[in-house]
Formats: sequence, C-alpha cells, structure tokens
Amino acid sequence: MRRFSWFNATSLTLGFAFLYLPMIILIIYSFNESRLVTVWAGFSTQWYISLLQNQSFLDAAWVTVKVAIASSTIATVLGTMAAYVLVRGGRFMGRTLFSGMIYAPLVMPEVITGLSLLLLFIGIGLDRGIFTIILAHTTFSMCFVSVVVSSRLVSFDNSLEEAALDLGCSPFDAFRLVTLPIIAPAVISGWLLAFTLSLDDLVIASFTAGPSATTLPIRIFSAVRMGVSPEINALSTIMIGIVTVGVVTASIVTKRSSIAQKRDEQAAARTA
Amino acid sequence: MAQTVFAPWDDPQAKPLIQFKNVTKRFGDFVAIENLTQDIYEREFFALLGPSGCGKTTLMRMLAGFERASEGQILIAGQDMAAVPPNKRAVNMMFQSYALFPHLSIWENIAFGLKREGKPKDEIAARVDEMLRLTRLEKFAKRKPHQISGGQRQRVALARSLAKAPKLLLLDEPLGALDKKLRQDTQFELMDIQEKTGTTFVIVTHDQEEAMTVSSRVAVMDEGRIIQVATPAQIYEAPNSVYVADFIGEVNIIGAVATREGESYRIDWAEGQPPFTAKTATGFADGQRCHLAIRPEKVAISEERPTDAANAVEGQIIDIAYLGNISTYYVKLANGQMIKAQTANTRRLSRRSFTWEDRVWLSWTETAAIMLET
Repeated sequence: MRRFSWFNATSLTLGFAFLYLPMIILIIYSFNESRLVTVWAGFSTQWYISLLQNQSFLDAAWVTVKVAIASSTIATVLGTMAAYVLVRGGRFMGRTLFSGMIYAPLVMPEVITGLSLLLLFIGIGLDRGIFTIILAHTTFSMCFVSVVVSSRLVSFDNSLEEAALDLGCSPFDAFRLVTLPIIAPAVISGWLLAFTLSLDDLVIASFTAGPSATTLPIRIFSAVRMGVSPEINALSTIMIGIVTVGVVTASIVTKRSSIAQKRDEQAAARTA
Repeated sequence: MAQTVFAPWDDPQAKPLIQFKNVTKRFGDFVAIENLTQDIYEREFFALLGPSGCGKTTLMRMLAGFERASEGQILIAGQDMAAVPPNKRAVNMMFQSYALFPHLSIWENIAFGLKREGKPKDEIAARVDEMLRLTRLEKFAKRKPHQISGGQRQRVALARSLAKAPKLLLLDEPLGALDKKLRQDTQFELMDIQEKTGTTFVIVTHDQEEAMTVSSRVAVMDEGRIIQVATPAQIYEAPNSVYVADFIGEVNIIGAVATREGESYRIDWAEGQPPFTAKTATGFADGQRCHLAIRPEKVAISEERPTDAANAVEGQIIDIAYLGNISTYYVKLANGQMIKAQTANTRRLSRRSFTWEDRVWLSWTETAAIMLET
C-alpha cells in the first residue's frame, strides 16, 4: 500500500475546508448566546426555541413542504411519461426536436423561466398563490425527472416489456406491472430531486408567489435583508441536518441492496 | 410392421399450423425477409438456422407479433395474424436474454401469464406447480431471478413461456448463454418437454449442431431467404447447394466438369489427373460445371492405393488436427487442392499410422460425393 503523504493530507484538508468551513461556522453560530452573529458569547439553544415560536417562519415552512410534495409528484408523473415516450415511442416526426427541448429548461436561466411564468399567469388572469408556485415548480423540475428516468430507460432491456406483452399484457399493463416496478428507483430518485429543487428554489418562487403564500427560501431571503439573525442560523442548521439525514439514508439503502444482490448472485453461482 | 414416421410435410392432407405466404419484411431500405413462403406443421420442432443477419430472428418476431410483414400474409391455424397484437396470440416466446422479471419471484414469473388470463387462483397454482415440476425448479420457487444460476434461469424462462400452454412456442437462441455441457443436456430436455407437451416449437439458432440435435426439420437461411428445408439427415447428406453444404458441418468442395457415363458421371476436376466418378439423381448436361461436395468423414485414408475404391487420389499430409475422438488430416493433392479426411481415433495416439509429410491415398465411394450445381 502507498503511504499517505503530507501532500495528500494537505490537499484533502484544503478541499474539504473550502467546501464545509462556511457551513461549520454557520452551525457553530446557531448555538451562539449573543444576538450579534459574529461575536461568540457562549453556548445556547435559545434561537431554536424562538424559531419554533416564530409563526411566519412556520407558515412559510408548511407552504414550502406542501409545494414541494405537490409539485414533485406532478413533475414525476409528467416527467416519467415524457421520458417513456421519448425513449420508447419509436420514431415519430420531430422526436429529436422534442428530446432536445425537454433538456432546454435545464440550462435556461431561472430568472427567465420565472419571468415568463409570471407573464403567463398575469396573462391568463390566474391569482398568484400556492397554486401558481406548484405549477411553476412542476414546470422546471419535470425536465430533471425526465432526464433521470430516461437515462434508466435507455439501459432497460426492451425484451422484458415484450415478454409481458407476449404473456398477455396490454401495453398499459406491461408498463404498470413490469416497467414501472423495475425503473421505480429512478422514478423515486427523480421525485427526490424534484422535491429538493422545489424546497430550495428562491428565484422562480419569488416571481410566482403571491401575498397569500410565501415559501421558506423567500422568507429567509427577506429576513436576511433586514440583517442576519441567529434565528436564520438555527433554521439553516435544521435544514442542513434534514438534508444530511436524507442523503445518508438514501446512500445506505442503495449500498445495502446492492451488497445483498451481489451476495445472492454469488450464492447462485455456487449452487449452479 | 412399419413404424409411422413423423413427417406431416410429406402428407398432402396435413394442414399446416403456420403459413408464410410471400412474406417480405423491409426495415427502411434493408430487406430482412424476401418473398418467403413456408409451412410449419403442428407438433413440429422447426429450426431456423443461419448466420447473424440472415433474417431468422425477424421471422420469429413476426410470428410473435412484434414485427409486421411489409408484404404477404402470415397465418396461424388458418387465421391471418396481421391485425392481432402480441398479447392476443396463442403464441409464447422464450427470449434470448430470458427476459425474466427481476422484481418477481420464480413462482410469480411463471404465474404471470396465467394471472393475465384471469384464471381462478387454485388453477393458477396447480399449473405453476406443474411447470415447476416439469422443469425441476420446485426448490427455487421462492427465489428471485438473480438468486439462481444461468441454467436455472433458462428453465424458468421455458416454464414461463409454456405455462399458458401455447399452440406455438418460439425459442430465440434459447441455449446461447449456456456452456457446452449444460447446453447438450438442455437440448435433450427441450426435446423431451416438446414431446410431453405436444407443443409446436420454432427455434432460432446459429448453432448447427443444436439445430441438428433438436429439430424435426431445419430451415437454412441466408440473406432473408430460406435456402433449404429438410430433416437434419437430409440437410447433411443431401444439401441442395454449396451454401448449405458448407454451412452444415465440414465439407470438401471441388470445382469440376460433369460428363454422363452410363449410370454415373465422369468428373474432370483437374488437368492431367484421372477423373472421379459420382452418382446423382439430378441431371447434369455434358460439360456442365459443377461442385463436388464430400464430407471429410467419408474420405478414407490409406498408405497403399485401395484396389476396390471408385475414387482414389494421392496426396501429401500437410497438417493434422487432433481433436481427441477424431483426427482431421489436411491432404494436398497434386494440383494444390486441399482435401480434409477424418478418421475416428479408435486406437491410442501412439499407434497412429500417419504423420506429417507422409504421402497417402484418399478414397471414397461413388455415392459419397454430392454433385451440386454452381
């Protein structure tokens, strides 16, 4: 084995410091006693408690969660359908154009997406509120879902679906009973991606939100403009915690299932 | 008492199960199947044999309903199948990749087709158990496809496609993924199951040995056409073309000119060499160019010129391929023509009579060689 050199250690430290120092400082200061964000005055959890009593933050958080769940679910359904047609639909007029266009929103500046949605909503006279945010988030996260699902579908063995048809399934049953269960991990990760994107979107939400509904990112951003309060630090720490738990759980689950599968395959090879 | 031989194709009264009528299939400009007409009968084990890209898989996929003929008709049991989707056909297919559903257990895989029919639960269970017994998979019913070995997966695929008791079972290179030993065992198992269930099997393969072993008739295909359809023995002993002779087994091909001489033909194959004689049922005009096809195992090899042989020619051993059970001698004739001669190694190797550079005599009978038109 190669020895671990000083050079390696330094690069690693520098890299990770660059990535995580800002967050660590934020977490540390969320437990600060002092009202001043940059002066340490001892350990305290008071900001977490005051956060829980801040109704406007709690309302915004609830709106955000509702928007995220609704928009990511709709986006997953639409995105999976789009991916399925583009990968499996065979050749039809303008297929290349369509598959190119489904990726375009990925690189489109959010400001433009937000602005165009705003104009649309005003144009058709839709009152801005939680419903318009859901629509807007569905619009932009749908293409992410579609990308994730279509990359899975490309490697999906077409003969599985043919086998289902051969055994008497209608095309819809073949999709429901065979394709969907097999691509489920991709669909779920597409949903998670859409959920996360919706959760932390600020730009598009601020274009499409109305006075009746504010999401958490908008609430934080407007609060910070008044000055950074330790409450914001506490809130951010909670969000970091939730995301970390989610990511770690997801990766453990994937790792475990792949290890289990490998063990099964080896066992099968031995009993052959 | 004469035993009745299974040969519905010779019986003008027999009604074919499958009829291809002038079927053409085009993919864009590429012609995969060209004006093909062929009947397949009930209870047949019909093999489609050919190199990759010869259209054999396309033909099978048209039977399953995954492809539609560009022209012509395909009839199954007298019914035109053009408008019938795959899920409405009494045809099941065993896929080359097996296409087992990875999220379902072996039991559920086999039950899949039966459940779609909406049969009562106990009937489904009975049928699945019967299929598990037939393919000797009872122990693995609860496992998932990735928890069993390749040979077992192959049997699951077979059980699943047989579960609905189809009129016709299509097998797409069913044994391609198995190693040689397992393949041979499975071939006999397939024949056994075919006989037990009485299903018509159509198998696609590029392995000629496999086609010869399992099938009642073999169709040799090339470039979207069927070149010859016959029983394995006929295909081997009486190929109708150089292509078929060359594709099935090993063969020596000698270009020559035929001349009628009484009952047989005089074959002039090289200037200054004594001619061969050969018998054939097909008529050749005097001076017509032909090909003489001789199987290596029908060529005898000896030190001295055999006195009673119809054809004998001298040559020199250039190479010997020792295969254990047989040895193939590559013998160069005076005009440079190479002839393969095979002998069974009934004796131990140390007592082999010929070696490299030896001058030997090759001989064969009048009927050993097949005369083919060019």
